[in-house]
Amino acid sequence: MMTWPILSVVTFLPAVGALLIWLMARGGDEAAARNARWIALWTTLINFAISLILVARFDPAQAGFQFVEEGRWLTSTIAYKMGVDGISLPFVILTTALLPLCIIASWKSVTNRVPAYMMAFLILEALMVGTFSALDLLLFYVFFEGGLIPMFLIIGVWGGPRRVYATFKFFLYTLLGSVLMLLAIMALYWNAGTTDIPTLMTTAVPRNLQTWAWLAFFASFAVKMPMWPVHTWLPDAHVEAPTAGSVILAAILLKMGGYGFLRFSLPMFPLASHDFAPLVFTLSAIAIVYTSLVALMQEDMKKLIAYSSVAHMGFVTMGIFAGTMQGVAGGVFQMVSHGLVSGALFLCVGVVYDRMHTREIAAYGGVVNRMPLYAFVFMTFTMANVGLPGTSGFVGEFLTLIGTFKVSITTVFFATLGVILSAAYALWLYRKIVFGALVKPSLATIKDLTFREVLTLGPLLVLTILFGFYPKPLLDFSAASVQQLVTNYSHAITAVKAAALMQ
Amino acid sequence: MNFTPAGYSLLPVLPEIVLAVGAMVLLMVGAFRGQRSTPLVVTLAIALLILTGVLQCQYLPAGKLSTFGGSFVVDGYARFLKILVLLGSAATLLISYGFLSERPRRIFEYAILILVSTVGMMLLISAGDLVMLYLGLELMSLSLYVVAACNRDDVKSTEAGLKYFVLGALASGMMLYGMSLIYGFTGTVSFAGIATAAKTGSVGVAFGLVFLLAGLCFKVSAVPFHMWTPDVYEGAPTPITAFFSSSPKVAAFAIFVRIVLTAFPNVTSEWQQIVVFVSIASMALGSFGAIGQRNFKRMMAYSSIGHMGFALVGLAAGTPEGVQGVILYLVIYTVMTFGVFTLILAMKRNGRAMEDISDFAGLSRTNPVLAFLCAMLLFSLAGIPPLAGFFAKFYVFTAAIKAGMITLSVIGVLSSVVGAFYYLNVIKVMYFDEQAGATDAVRIELGTVVVVSALFNMLFFVYPGPLVGAATAAAKSLF
Repeated sequence: MMTWPILSVVTFLPAVGALLIWLMARGGDEAAARNARWIALWTTLINFAISLILVARFDPAQAGFQFVEEGRWLTSTIAYKMGVDGISLPFVILTTALLPLCIIASWKSVTNRVPAYMMAFLILEALMVGTFSALDLLLFYVFFEGGLIPMFLIIGVWGGPRRVYATFKFFLYTLLGSVLMLLAIMALYWNAGTTDIPTLMTTAVPRNLQTWAWLAFFASFAVKMPMWPVHTWLPDAHVEAPTAGSVILAAILLKMGGYGFLRFSLPMFPLASHDFAPLVFTLSAIAIVYTSLVALMQEDMKKLIAYSSVAHMGFVTMGIFAGTMQGVAGGVFQMVSHGLVSGALFLCVGVVYDRMHTREIAAYGGVVNRMPLYAFVFMTFTMANVGLPGTSGFVGEFLTLIGTFKVSITTVFFATLGVILSAAYALWLYRKIVFGALVKPSLATIKDLTFREVLTLGPLLVLTILFGFYPKPLLDFSAASVQQLVTNYSHAITAVKAAALMQ
Repeated sequence: MNFTPAGYSLLPVLPEIVLAVGAMVLLMVGAFRGQRSTPLVVTLAIALLILTGVLQCQYLPAGKLSTFGGSFVVDGYARFLKILVLLGSAATLLISYGFLSERPRRIFEYAILILVSTVGMMLLISAGDLVMLYLGLELMSLSLYVVAACNRDDVKSTEAGLKYFVLGALASGMMLYGMSLIYGFTGTVSFAGIATAAKTGSVGVAFGLVFLLAGLCFKVSAVPFHMWTPDVYEGAPTPITAFFSSSPKVAAFAIFVRIVLTAFPNVTSEWQQIVVFVSIASMALGSFGAIGQRNFKRMMAYSSIGHMGFALVGLAAGTPEGVQGVILYLVIYTVMTFGVFTLILAMKRNGRAMEDISDFAGLSRTNPVLAFLCAMLLFSLAGIPPLAGFFAKFYVFTAAIKAGMITLSVIGVLSSVVGAFYYLNVIKVMYFDEQAGATDAVRIELGTVVVVSALFNMLFFVYPGPLVGAATAAAKSLF
């Protein structure tokens, strides 16, 4: 039934769209900008539609990789190989679904060098989809790192006043983490003789190499995730990035770290993962509590949400390294949910930023009087961010907490403290902006959501509530793959424990 | 050609003979027709280089050839790198039209000197003993000293030429001293003979090796013999700087690899530690030294020092994979750096060359296509995938990892992150800063070279198979 390379099409169609923009929307005039916007929107919409075919044809009962494509690339051992399983497909869909929203969100707010902006986003989409569907370790790395180039330009060209500092910090931090992973990739290549990911998952890695390779991969993914204490690039990058850039950063780029843990660290280095799990738990607990406290002190809306992202990613790493069914499934769910919620929150910030051109919390207050619809939407996402039952945020947090409870009660204790703190900062932010009397004269004429803004926030709102009440479709989708991952992981560990007992 | 005794066939050396004789003929053309014949001589010189390349590819029988009693060797390795050198020289001549078109600089000798130095490079790449090595090296270097100073009215250019000459002569002296020691202790000058005679523990050979490598390090501008590089790169006319960073580097690197692997395979541990040290020092100095530079050419000089350090990582591994990595590194680095220097040459504002990095401010607005190509070249130099520069680094570090050189690799990749900073800084100037004014129209041949080199870098990942395969085959022929 596989007649055409659907995964490659989804990956490279955005790049074709970027080429179209380059060919058809030259120049800096208004017509070129309009053409670029429409081409970008149609490309991302068509790409989303095609990616839905993936969902329709995907067989959730099967744990292995589907839609596998293979071709020659560097050598016979480093090939072009693509494929998705229940863990990666949700991220592919998340990417293709969010991109049209990002394009719409930038429709009016970006007026400077529009064709280049749209091209950067399309190239970024291609690289992100490629990252999630690559089945060759080097190919994965190429997509993973390649994303730095468009993101560097997006923050640097269309960002805020301190954009140069922020984008350099983002680029160099991420690169520093990744180059170590590259060395580990090479070591794995010589160990297994190939960079084929399915083969590597079944190849035994010597204990010593596992430890070093795990640390090297950790260096990369922990920065990307980001985990405390290497998270400091994130608030800067978020604050300076344009709205759509923040959305992509929070919703998708951060997920690459978690995806990497699930795809590589756990299956390929189970023993090292087990050994280092306490380290990850500690860092996650610190991240959850510490960054929540830091978020309480923020005066900038985007910075607050950025710190809350770090805290939420703490739940993900905790769940993943618990190595239990609930923990891992919860980690995947939490990542998708956070993709929707944090993306939406950045869009919400963008809404008021476009009107007031400030992100300072103190500049707002009482906007509910002028923007009731906005107040409602913002409240829903705030609640989802807190993890209120009935929103998708609750399901993810709850599952990761249950999953980890079986492994480390202390970690769960601190993580649950974080849930309380997250309620504190999120509600505080909401109160400061939305409630109170509308006394600031600058806010007196502020307008409610436009149709375009409803168009971007609406789908996210529906999905957040839907997955909150009925998470089954998403959980079922990845269940088989997660089950296989967890089984292999626990087998590897019990085998080693049994061997230790024998001696 | 069977009129020569066995072992002394002229066939393997035919391309070099054609190139050398052709250079003489062109010298006559220039001498009789005067300086106005400069464009003609340059065009004919390019044709001659292409002809030599065709001879090299098509006319020579396949397999390993050797002549002059083994002092001249043509194997897969030599063939591959000779083509690269010929391409580099031809491209240099191509981008020199504009430079040579102005009245005081209509010097046809320029093309002749490049041809002669190319002959030297080809001899160097094929050298099978110390004598041929020295001959090729000096033929190459003497021509280079002169072309560095060919902008006679410019103080910086003459200074560059003189500096290059004095330091180069010193390096040659050291190298000769090393060679005489090696000859004295092994009793032979041929690489194969040295390989059997040189044993671990011989102090004489170790000393000779150190001096020899010092000379070679000078030619590839590796730390601690890099001091000439920034001054010469900055002072020499830009087409010549592009030349310096391409063909001569390739040739010197080629013999560096060949001599340590074919003449000293039994004293690997002794040269390996030198190479590792030089490599680490070059990567570190290249990365940190470039940060403070304001002149684009000077920055690229430090970048070149760093890149030679990366290429040496592959050599330090000392394996077929390592040599394959070095070859790919040389190819990709040559294309990248040539593209950047051509771009510097092409950018002019009101007839004045733009050599300061700040001159490029806001280029993405005034000339978006060139700015984009330049950004891609710089990202590639920084080693960011999916551009070619990443694959160059990938291959050398893969080889080093396989050889178990973890520390070297870690230091290497970390310094590549430091190096990324200054490339990003140029991109920042082009993309994020306010524009510094319009630029002049770009000469068509320069634009073409930039486009070709940028496209090579951007699209290498699409179909890397043939080049990688050729490099693998070339590397195998050394072992």
